[in-house]
Amino acid sequence: MLRFVIRRLLLLVPVLVGLSVLLFAWVRALPGDPARALLGEKATPESIAQVNEQYGFDKPLLTQYLTYSGRLLRGDFGSSPRTGLPVLGTFLERFPATVELSVSALLFAVVLGIPVGYLAAKRAGGWLDRFFVAGSLLGVVVPVFVLAYLLKIVFAVGIPGPLHVLAVLPTSGRQDSRIDATHITNFYVLDGLLTREWDASWNAVTHLVLPGIALGCIPLAIIVRMTRASVIDVLNEDYVRTAQAKGLARGLITRRHVLRNAMLPVTTTIGLQTGALLAGAVLTESVFAFNGIGSYLFDAISGLDFAVLQGFILFIAVIYALINLVVDLMYGVIDPRLRAA
Amino acid sequence: MSPVEQHTTTASSDRTLVSRSRREPVNRSEVLLEVRDLDVTFARRGGRATHAVDGVSFSVRPGEVVGIVGESGSGKSVTSLAVMGLLPRRGVQVRGEVLYRGRNLLTMPAGELADLRGSELAMVFQDPMSSLNPVVPVGTQVTEVLLRHSDISRSAARDEAEDLLRRCGIPDPGRRLKEYPHQLSGGMRQRALIAIALACRPALLICDEPTTALDVTIQAQVLELLKELVADLGTAMVMITHDLGVVAGLCDSVNVMYAGRVVESAPRRELFEHPRHRYTEGLLGSIPRLDAPRGDPLQPIPGTPRDVIAWSAGCAFAPRCRHAADDCVVPDLGLEPLGRAGHLVRCVHPAPESSPEHRAPRDHRTTELSGPSGARALSVSDSASTTAGEERHG
Amino acid sequence: MTALDVLQPERPRALAALMGDAGADDRGTSLWRGAFLRLRRNPSAVVGAVIVLAFVAVALLAPLIAPYRQASTEWIDQVTPSSVPGPSPEHLLGLDPFGSDLFTQLVYGARASLVIGVVSTALGLLGGAVLGTLAGGLGGWVDTLVMRVVDILLSIPSLLLAVSIAAVLGQRPSAIMIAIGAAQVPIFARLLRGSMLAQRNQDYVLASRSLGLKRRSIILGHVLPNSLGPVIVQATLTLATAIIEVAALSYLGLGAPDPATAEWGRMLVKAQDRLQSDPHLALLPGACIAVTALGFTLFGEALREALDPKSRR
Repeated sequence: MLRFVIRRLLLLVPVLVGLSVLLFAWVRALPGDPARALLGEKATPESIAQVNEQYGFDKPLLTQYLTYSGRLLRGDFGSSPRTGLPVLGTFLERFPATVELSVSALLFAVVLGIPVGYLAAKRAGGWLDRFFVAGSLLGVVVPVFVLAYLLKIVFAVGIPGPLHVLAVLPTSGRQDSRIDATHITNFYVLDGLLTREWDASWNAVTHLVLPGIALGCIPLAIIVRMTRASVIDVLNEDYVRTAQAKGLARGLITRRHVLRNAMLPVTTTIGLQTGALLAGAVLTESVFAFNGIGSYLFDAISGLDFAVLQGFILFIAVIYALINLVVDLMYGVIDPRLRAA
Repeated sequence: MSPVEQHTTTASSDRTLVSRSRREPVNRSEVLLEVRDLDVTFARRGGRATHAVDGVSFSVRPGEVVGIVGESGSGKSVTSLAVMGLLPRRGVQVRGEVLYRGRNLLTMPAGELADLRGSELAMVFQDPMSSLNPVVPVGTQVTEVLLRHSDISRSAARDEAEDLLRRCGIPDPGRRLKEYPHQLSGGMRQRALIAIALACRPALLICDEPTTALDVTIQAQVLELLKELVADLGTAMVMITHDLGVVAGLCDSVNVMYAGRVVESAPRRELFEHPRHRYTEGLLGSIPRLDAPRGDPLQPIPGTPRDVIAWSAGCAFAPRCRHAADDCVVPDLGLEPLGRAGHLVRCVHPAPESSPEHRAPRDHRTTELSGPSGARALSVSDSASTTAGEERHG
Repeated sequence: MTALDVLQPERPRALAALMGDAGADDRGTSLWRGAFLRLRRNPSAVVGAVIVLAFVAVALLAPLIAPYRQASTEWIDQVTPSSVPGPSPEHLLGLDPFGSDLFTQLVYGARASLVIGVVSTALGLLGGAVLGTLAGGLGGWVDTLVMRVVDILLSIPSLLLAVSIAAVLGQRPSAIMIAIGAAQVPIFARLLRGSMLAQRNQDYVLASRSLGLKRRSIILGHVLPNSLGPVIVQATLTLATAIIEVAALSYLGLGAPDPATAEWGRMLVKAQDRLQSDPHLALLPGACIAVTALGFTLFGEALREALDPKSRR
């Protein structure tokens, strides 16, 4: 088992190396010269010279690459020309917000998705099943930002008229400014619990509802379909028939024989959804003015801030790779057939 | 010990077993299972319905071993699944009666049927790998039957499970309990399945081609095991197979199925010595024989199971039958007694009693029959259930 | 002459009559024909196909359907900061925030989506096919190298990948097309390589080689056509994703510099400011995106089911 983990971690290295090469090529491919591209329009000759010095852009290509990747390794992703703040620092500061949002979205998707998928599978072909499948399709095709706006209008801003009663949730941000909360970890919900400021915690939760639902709709749809397909497959397996031939109680058959097998591919799917979450977070956070890395990226793209973009890509790739690793490990734990390998 | 007594006490071990207070002892004279006009239709998308089982009737007495023989598509597996109530609910229509000790399994409430399954009615399936849950340890899959149908403790169930595995010929059973199905060999998995099926000493065991998925050498071992256990416990058995060799070594009586109906039914010896239906005759005639003269051509049954006509129109086997005539095209041919007692045939032109096309064995004490599935030979010699005063052919 | 005819040279007439009917409807059909028949019967496939065809028709016939030129912004003076004119006799759906006819914008938006979607998918498919065929067909170090690169590219969510590429390409209309196309290359490459590997080990390939056929002709003439099925399914689904991603990218401000462009995603950018007063400005393009993507998804999924040999009965 340990060997498996070590091997996978080691495999991460060539991926990261390759990524750094690609990033380097990307930076060089940006329009204009690299230093100016990274600094943006506000570049002064001094700052350009400084960046050239730091990254070695005026040296031969190989040296450039080594200097460049050396800096990346040390965590020096440069500073954003728009804000003047170091990129990595801003990431780490804003990352907890996105984590909270992603966790809410994932929670929403899993808690709703698995039971729905199971129900649909048990009544496969029936009208309930068709309804759920159609719904999940819709969840996949409606663009995240459209959905986010819809939710915002109906449940936060309020539609004039009778439906205005639904407008109970906050429109933007992570917490109301009137609440003077102390932040330790930057995970607002957690912070509230740690400092026993219950209303701060609760307030943070209410701010997570709408963006969480908007972000979670695509994972929800995918989890529903995956669960449904997986359960249908398992229900047709011979060992379920054996369990029935034993006269076992239905609940026991469901728990021990159906679900334990059906959840295997679903777990992998859940892990893979994190990538989709990160992409969706970019759009959702901007709609709800949520200060996570998603809105950071959104601003960076709109402002053509390549320094941030570069850092973001590396950051995301590493996180994605780590998540994939965790999912693989989890799979190895759950499925005994893989444990021996 | 009579089989009845064997039912209620342990065979060899001195552990007090599963409490049998819920069960009534089996009356030796009453019929254990009676299937009457069983009919199974599958509705397919697109309107076409498949009439898999078309009016099948047979019965099983306590301790009896009944064989059901047929090709794939003859409906034999579906019959067994229908008896156990394991067919899917949607898209399937089951009619007829399946009387287990007088109670109709088809109309029984689900809870009662679940009580019977695993405890009095058990089944062993064809593919041992797919019939076991891959992510649950083997031991748990055995103990869950025990825990379901009796009030013993978990540790008692575990001990019993270990004992069962040992009696089914699995070495080092204590370790196997914690292992997963993929860690066992094919033969061991099937033994585990047999252990599961027999855990609660069922009155009736249905085996659906239990050895087909196994290596030839293992097949013989598993069949021997089944024979032993079933004799020990006094369990009645329905053996479903396409392999006549299996039937010859194991069954008391045989039902031959074709296209969803029973076409011939007879005690074992009678069937092998005097097959009357042309299909049975063809099956026996197609078996290569060690005592046949060299250069003798093989005699397969021409055509395929798809060259068939509906029973409602005439004899379904007619398209493939050498002896088909116009009067074979008569709707709903009946199963009629013919020849010796207990012999039923559904045929307009059955083979005569001593047909030249069926070669009589020279010495039937040690007749070698090769199963169509392999070159293994099983002898049709006296087994425990034939009576002593049997005639012998010269 | 079948074995049966040998067996019964003079079949009883009644029997012969009955046998003529049997097995009539179980004739074997080719993979594609069978898929087509199954698709016809599948309601969601039909719905999907109708949507797709409608979308393509609108896109192709845009100049004929739209009453005005695209992005004409002629009526900008009718637009106030607080409201945008609604439906009227001259403007079927009213105006958009830039003063163009909303209906025209939507119609030309369909055309833009079709063009960008098709081109980017085609790019992705072509690139992926080349890479995948090389990797799968040649194997060895080529395979390893290509798949390593693909793995790295796949470690970045495709939207971000597209964004990075678009950023490099700068502000031009073709940027989105190329970016999304490039982002799809890894997916197709992996798909095609997997397909090739699976086919390579099939018996018919071994048989062809034993007959002396050259590797190239086996790959091009036999393996590739057999891999076509899953590729087509993926292409349809990719088109659906592309349509959504195009919207996302133009929403982010990449691609064509002109904010008044007739493109569904672009239309959403300005519409978000006026969400309370004129929600239809966002809802209409949003619905167009969703419905079109839905159509392709339905059709693609149904096609996958129809081509799956395991579900053939």
